Amino acid sequence: MSTTTLTKKEGAAPVEEPVLRKPSARKRLVPYWLLLPGIIWLLVFFALPLVYQASTSVQTGSLEQGFQVTWHFQTYWDAFTEYWPQFVRSLLYAGTATLLCLLLGYPLAYLIAFKAGRWRNLLLVLVIAPFFTSFLIRTLAWKTILADDSLVVDVLNALHVLDVTSWLGWTEGERVLATPMAVVCGLTYNFLPFMILPLYTSLERIDGRLHEAAQDLYASPATTFRKVTFPLSMPGVVSGTLLTFIPASGDYVNAELLGSTDTKMVGNVIQSQFLRVLDYPTAAALSFILMAIVLVMVTVYIRRAGTEDLV
Amino acid sequence: MTDKTAHTGKNTGGGDVRLTGISKAYGSFNAVHPLDLTVPQGSFFALLGASGCGKTTTLRMIAGLEDPTTGTIHLGDTDVTDLPPYKRPVNTVFQSYALFPHMDISENIAFGLRRRGIKSVKKQVDDMLELVQLGDKARHKPHQLSGGQQQRVAVARALINHPQVLLLDEPLGALDLKLRRQMQLELKRIQTEVGITFVHVTHDQEEAMTMADQVAVMNGGRVEQLGAPADLYENPQTTFVANFLGTSNLIEAEVLETGGSDVLVTAGGGKLRVPGDRCTSAVRQGGKVLVGVRPEKISLAHADDAGSIADGRNRVTGRIADSSFIGVSTQYVVNSPAGAELQVYEQNIERDTRLVPGAEVVLHWNPAHTFGLDAAQDIDAGVETVEDAG
Amino acid sequence: MRWLRKNLVVIAGLLTLAYMILPNIVVMVFSFNKPNGRFNYSWQRFSLDAWKDPCGVADMCESLSLSLQLAAWSTVGALVLGTMIAFALVRYRFRARGAINSLIFLPMAMPEVVMAASLLTLFLNMGIELGFWTVLIAHIMFCLSFVVTAVKARVMSMDPRLEEAARDLYAGPVQTFLRVTLPIAAPGIAAGALLAFALSFDDFIITNFNAGSTVTFPMFVWGSAQRGTPVQINVIGTAMFVLAVLMVVAGQIITNRRKKTATA
Repeated sequence: MSTTTLTKKEGAAPVEEPVLRKPSARKRLVPYWLLLPGIIWLLVFFALPLVYQASTSVQTGSLEQGFQVTWHFQTYWDAFTEYWPQFVRSLLYAGTATLLCLLLGYPLAYLIAFKAGRWRNLLLVLVIAPFFTSFLIRTLAWKTILADDSLVVDVLNALHVLDVTSWLGWTEGERVLATPMAVVCGLTYNFLPFMILPLYTSLERIDGRLHEAAQDLYASPATTFRKVTFPLSMPGVVSGTLLTFIPASGDYVNAELLGSTDTKMVGNVIQSQFLRVLDYPTAAALSFILMAIVLVMVTVYIRRAGTEDLV
Repeated sequence: MTDKTAHTGKNTGGGDVRLTGISKAYGSFNAVHPLDLTVPQGSFFALLGASGCGKTTTLRMIAGLEDPTTGTIHLGDTDVTDLPPYKRPVNTVFQSYALFPHMDISENIAFGLRRRGIKSVKKQVDDMLELVQLGDKARHKPHQLSGGQQQRVAVARALINHPQVLLLDEPLGALDLKLRRQMQLELKRIQTEVGITFVHVTHDQEEAMTMADQVAVMNGGRVEQLGAPADLYENPQTTFVANFLGTSNLIEAEVLETGGSDVLVTAGGGKLRVPGDRCTSAVRQGGKVLVGVRPEKISLAHADDAGSIADGRNRVTGRIADSSFIGVSTQYVVNSPAGAELQVYEQNIERDTRLVPGAEVVLHWNPAHTFGLDAAQDIDAGVETVEDAG
Repeated sequence: MRWLRKNLVVIAGLLTLAYMILPNIVVMVFSFNKPNGRFNYSWQRFSLDAWKDPCGVADMCESLSLSLQLAAWSTVGALVLGTMIAFALVRYRFRARGAINSLIFLPMAMPEVVMAASLLTLFLNMGIELGFWTVLIAHIMFCLSFVVTAVKARVMSMDPRLEEAARDLYAGPVQTFLRVTLPIAAPGIAAGALLAFALSFDDFIITNFNAGSTVTFPMFVWGSAQRGTPVQINVIGTAMFVLAVLMVVAGQIITNRRKKTATA
């Protein structure tokens, strides 16, 4: 039921007639029935697991003797002190990849939204198309592209780019593979579409006449971009950065396939603690710390960016 | 307002729409106060009011799209209050038409018949397309039609079901002025042709007056006045109706004499006569009254010619503040001791070149064209301001 | 120089596009490779062997078919649950709206590894055996939020008057839903379905934690990255890519043609 026409309030007097018709109970329950199955699913398989994980993180024991809740918060401290480099690395790599995604993705989104003309659909397909090949296969392809004697590495070497990057500690000698740069390059590549699509959506909504209006009002192209286009694309920037940063911070595939033992991220640690070492409390604690860090960062970021309606 | 059924010739009583004590509240907000209303069968009935006055809610309650908080709705002798919309012999032409975008025009028109299990709809659909002059557009999708064409499809889609009542919710609101005029005549023609009761919701007073046999003016969830358009225009009962339907000059006056058939009042030092039977409330000596007169009833004379005005006419002196020439007439705004910004519309027959802003003038009119309203109400109720317009 | 400045955006955009497409080209080229060792990372010589025998690697095609089944069922599950939630959120006013919105938003704002690990603790604590069902449960869970978002966007832009018009024209609740609501919401539901299918099919992290000994296609690829990458992986990757692009292009042509005949 919509109440489209009734927005203004005018002289409201008490209703004289006492006989009220109540909407039937069946009608009122409809939304709850619609919500019930899906919400139960999320409660049982999303929220409840987090509770279990919280409880696991404060348990002690071993796989053989079983684990008991002993409120052993020390695990958190131990996990953090032991693995803080991985945490720092995760945030650093994910942050760099997000920034790179924004820098690389914005021109492409802009190109598709405003300059592509009849090529627009084709370009959009090309942005989405890589999705159809499993991302693991594509990530493995980077092993070939960045291999030691590959064309890309040779060119970078010839241009002395690698001298600079290895001085910065991003690469080692004449190698790119198994260095931080390879991992960041893989992360950037994997999450670029998640940056481009929201950017494109919010850019595409901008009325082209706004550009003309801005230029009519003495704004240079650069000023037009700074004062009109970019602010209007903020919703896309915010959701794009979130969609890139959040998954990148917990990723361990790129670090595993393209990196070395020195580039391990916190995801790698959680994965190996859970699936190989079978130290569940430590793994749960690590996972909780990661979740807390990401949620806090995201909340602060959303507050500061001022866009609450992302979904 | 109680059951006021003005007869419009065709009324047989059998198929009237009768609303009894109907009201609608959203939480603590009363969209429609309990009202009684009878729409005679076969009439073209308009609900007129500004946005938020409750007219659309009333219409939606008749359609069954909104459950009334109190009261009952009868179609003829059947109580339909608790019937869902798909079981009521009532169809609606929605604001912005609500044509199904995924169906073509003929599928849209056949929708109602199909849902009632009627198999062979071709002939009826073709006839209906003919009636609304869209025979060649049967296979088009709604978005391929112009606004006016979509509007006609919406009418056809509703009419094909031969409803007892056709409800129109601001059906012309989305059209431009010229097309709107054209569609007003078109709708009126269709209504005369099919003889079905039309209930038309609009905020456009001209539209209501051109099309409807009867108009109910609504304000703040209540019916202010109900009657034939000419009657409403000539004899407004409230300041809201006086201001909302056309323009009125309302002058606050004090009653001097109530003896004869006319009431003698004074405003701004001058004396005016108001026919006693055109006063809505009891007037007593020394009391206040709002004296009203429509702008086109007033004649304008330059102060130098004041002597040539016939005796017995109401007269008010003033000075022209502004004048605008609009072809058939010239509209003057006159400031006078009796009231500020009085409106005068003069036919452009012989233009007096002395009537320019700043000129001293005398406004005069036949006292029979004067009406008196209860002074205990907002003198500006129903005046359109910039924020309300559009 | 002026030309360069004018077309800077175009050049930068196309470079980014090249960066995004490059791995696909490498995958395609290396599907015709005949590697010397177990790993298909450096070019040796042209060969059609892998294309002639795509299922020639042990367990690969089984994992592929398992992934397709998983994706199909996850899509169905997430679609049904998600569409219901989306309609409830758009069409009704009720209590706990905010809480429900957050519950739907949170899975999308959570690093995958956290969800994966916590689900595993649940299954371990409950003593549920890991396998096809645990993976399916997990996939429906994380696809759900995306379906809700996609369908919600479409339903929100839908004029509620259309459904009122249907009811006004003698369509009961069921008829209204089937003939008006569903067809109009279809693009949103289709978008949600596509997204769910892609997410489920390509998921690795959550699957890796909760699959036990079940091997999906991404897990097969992961395993082969350790043991040796058969060329057939590239064949599958290339075939899927080409197939998907062809489908999109075909879809585009069909809609274009429909538009043309409709306006003619």
